[in-house]
Amino acid sequence: MGFFIETLIGGLMAGMLYSLVALGFVLIFKSSGVFNFAQGAMVLFAALAMARFSEWANHALGGDSLLLANLIAFVGAGLVMLLVAWVVERFVLRKLVNQEGATLLMVTLGITYVLEGIGQTVFGSEIYNIDVGMPKDPVLMFESVFEGGILINKEDFIAALIAALLVGLLSLFFQKTPVGRALRAVADDHQAALSIGIPLNRIWVIVWLVAGIVALVAGIIWGSKLGVQFSLATVALRALPVVILGGLTSVPGAIVGGLIIGVGEKLSEVYIGPMVGGGIEIWFAYVLALVFLLFRPQGLFGEKIIDRV
Amino acid sequence: MKFRSLALAAAMSTIGFGTTVASTAAQAQAKEQFFPVIVYRTGAYAANGGPWANGYVDYLKLVNAKGGINGVKISFEECETAYATDRGVECYERLKGKGATVFQPLSTGITFALTEKAPIDKIPLITAGYGRSESQDGSVFTWNFPLLGTYWVGADVAIQHVAKQLGGLDKLKGKKIALVYHDSPYGKEPIPLLQERAKLHGFELDLLPVAHPGVEQKATWLQVRKNRPDYVLLWGWGVMNSTALKEAQATGFPRDKMIGVWWAGAEPDVKDVGAGAKGYSALTLQHGAEPNSKVAKDVIALVHDKGQGTGPKDEVGQVLYMRGLISAMLGVEGVRKAQEKYGKGKVMTGEQVRWGLENMNLDQKTLDGMGFAGVMRPVQTSCLDHMGSSWVRVHSWDGANWKFASDWYQADDKLLRGMVLNASRKYAEEKKITPRTPEQCKQ
Repeated sequence: MGFFIETLIGGLMAGMLYSLVALGFVLIFKSSGVFNFAQGAMVLFAALAMARFSEWANHALGGDSLLLANLIAFVGAGLVMLLVAWVVERFVLRKLVNQEGATLLMVTLGITYVLEGIGQTVFGSEIYNIDVGMPKDPVLMFESVFEGGILINKEDFIAALIAALLVGLLSLFFQKTPVGRALRAVADDHQAALSIGIPLNRIWVIVWLVAGIVALVAGIIWGSKLGVQFSLATVALRALPVVILGGLTSVPGAIVGGLIIGVGEKLSEVYIGPMVGGGIEIWFAYVLALVFLLFRPQGLFGEKIIDRV
Repeated sequence: MKFRSLALAAAMSTIGFGTTVASTAAQAQAKEQFFPVIVYRTGAYAANGGPWANGYVDYLKLVNAKGGINGVKISFEECETAYATDRGVECYERLKGKGATVFQPLSTGITFALTEKAPIDKIPLITAGYGRSESQDGSVFTWNFPLLGTYWVGADVAIQHVAKQLGGLDKLKGKKIALVYHDSPYGKEPIPLLQERAKLHGFELDLLPVAHPGVEQKATWLQVRKNRPDYVLLWGWGVMNSTALKEAQATGFPRDKMIGVWWAGAEPDVKDVGAGAKGYSALTLQHGAEPNSKVAKDVIALVHDKGQGTGPKDEVGQVLYMRGLISAMLGVEGVRKAQEKYGKGKVMTGEQVRWGLENMNLDQKTLDGMGFAGVMRPVQTSCLDHMGSSWVRVHSWDGANWKFASDWYQADDKLLRGMVLNASRKYAEEKKITPRTPEQCKQ
């Protein structure tokens, strides 16, 4: 029983981290109707910027204050993501207002390759470290209740808390602020939003910037866990079943979807994996998402789309 | 109409001139031995592929700086695979037409894909420390050269090392050893040997695959925690290795009970884990980190200090840099050996280089003279043994550096030979290959 609970907790914490990446997909889709395939590349790009700026700032400060170096790096990486948002809006999206979803998806595929290439060219392709002081050693709990106790990874626990906090803030942003409401209006209909005076170009820059900041936070957390290197871009693949399951337009959906996928893949790998040779967790997550889609094609929390014929 | 004819004539003469120039260039190049360089400086494994490629190219430059191979200069061209098999095959097809006489695919997947192409194109494949383990049998795998060691050698030595730590092979009985492996042809390669050893010594083998690229291993390490193996063998590559070490730390598995293969024992695997990887050991493909070796110093003096270095200077001598450098050296020595038979100072063909690789005899004196003293032990191949050496050491990460932690081990030839012959004969039957006899080898 103890091991089952440990697997469950591990899955929940992994799920929160997937949610963080999934949020980036949801934010951009919710606000602009674009399925942003470049979200993984944005995580990599932001994490590379953070890691290198932190390294350079730390060096410039003589290694005296890691906290200050990290703060400088965070601001620097945030500005880089602002630049990315502006470039994407100015040179890509502005020309494509009201285009088909498939066209916009293909454009984000292109942005993926550009960001991956430029990121590695500018910042390097080695493994870089982000040290934000996350504890690495585990803590053993409930030893008197369960044999062998329950092992909790403190780093994952803190990361899950940060992800939860970010989700809460973003929910408030969307529901309670004028900018958030404008973002939702743009998502519903570009032209209608323009006709009532919502500045589409500025809104797009804002939404890509917010997604960029989410990517930066995800990059810091994942980068701190894995080291900053190219594989961070593949983390997005872990978040795809989450958005399929949770619905592309729902922030709570990204969270619940993440938790279900996280728990589902860990339990499947641990309990079903050994019967079929293991290594099933990646595709099992997609199978799980597809099963849900059989019953709710719009995802758990997605909006039902009804088009007039 | 007249203008058209004039334009056509001008175009034709331009083509004619271009052809002349091209053929002249080709003739000029005929005095150069062309080495294709299959690399991955991008993609999920770039951090590991980069140092290997830099070491490989720097060694080719070093040979040129010393006058080439008996006067024959080396030319080379890189081709990027991003560790993808399809791109590797594309690179092979593109570069074989440029006069390639030896390929080093740097991927077990690409090696599998090229093994049937190499005999047709008559180009040898050097797969130092990777590839198909049964390709040691040169009577069947005429064009494959898994020089220095195969994964069966690695797996065998890993078990020997565990047994030594436990106090003898008999102490393995009842123990549990987990193999955490990259779920790919590379990661699966050691399984047959480990299963054979498990049968022989009575230990339990737990197989735990990790999906590419290996960034998510929580479930794997939960199983490690549940099954509580005595040792974990790590057969990873790239980010999978550092992630495994971090997960081991997060689940409290002792790092000094983890032994990696030689592709899981370099600086990028532990650098960002730091003290968390302290005590972790890995096999070496003979060499470890060798910044003080003569050959590394030669590279600094004759290549980097002349502004010709391929990568960062402080990388020279690192583990994967040395792996690339030694791989290049093996190719160069194959050509040099071939020249002994077919003519010094001449450019060798693929078939001639194959003969050179099959008759390689790098004794200690030669190696020491080339700057590899303390780095390598002798390599002697034959028609029936395309591996040439099965010496392995173990090195351990002390939190800042790799340090040797064992004396030399040698794989159990008796065990290996039987397995290699069984597997290669099976392959020969499937592919309708008639193995060469010792008499045919002499021809």
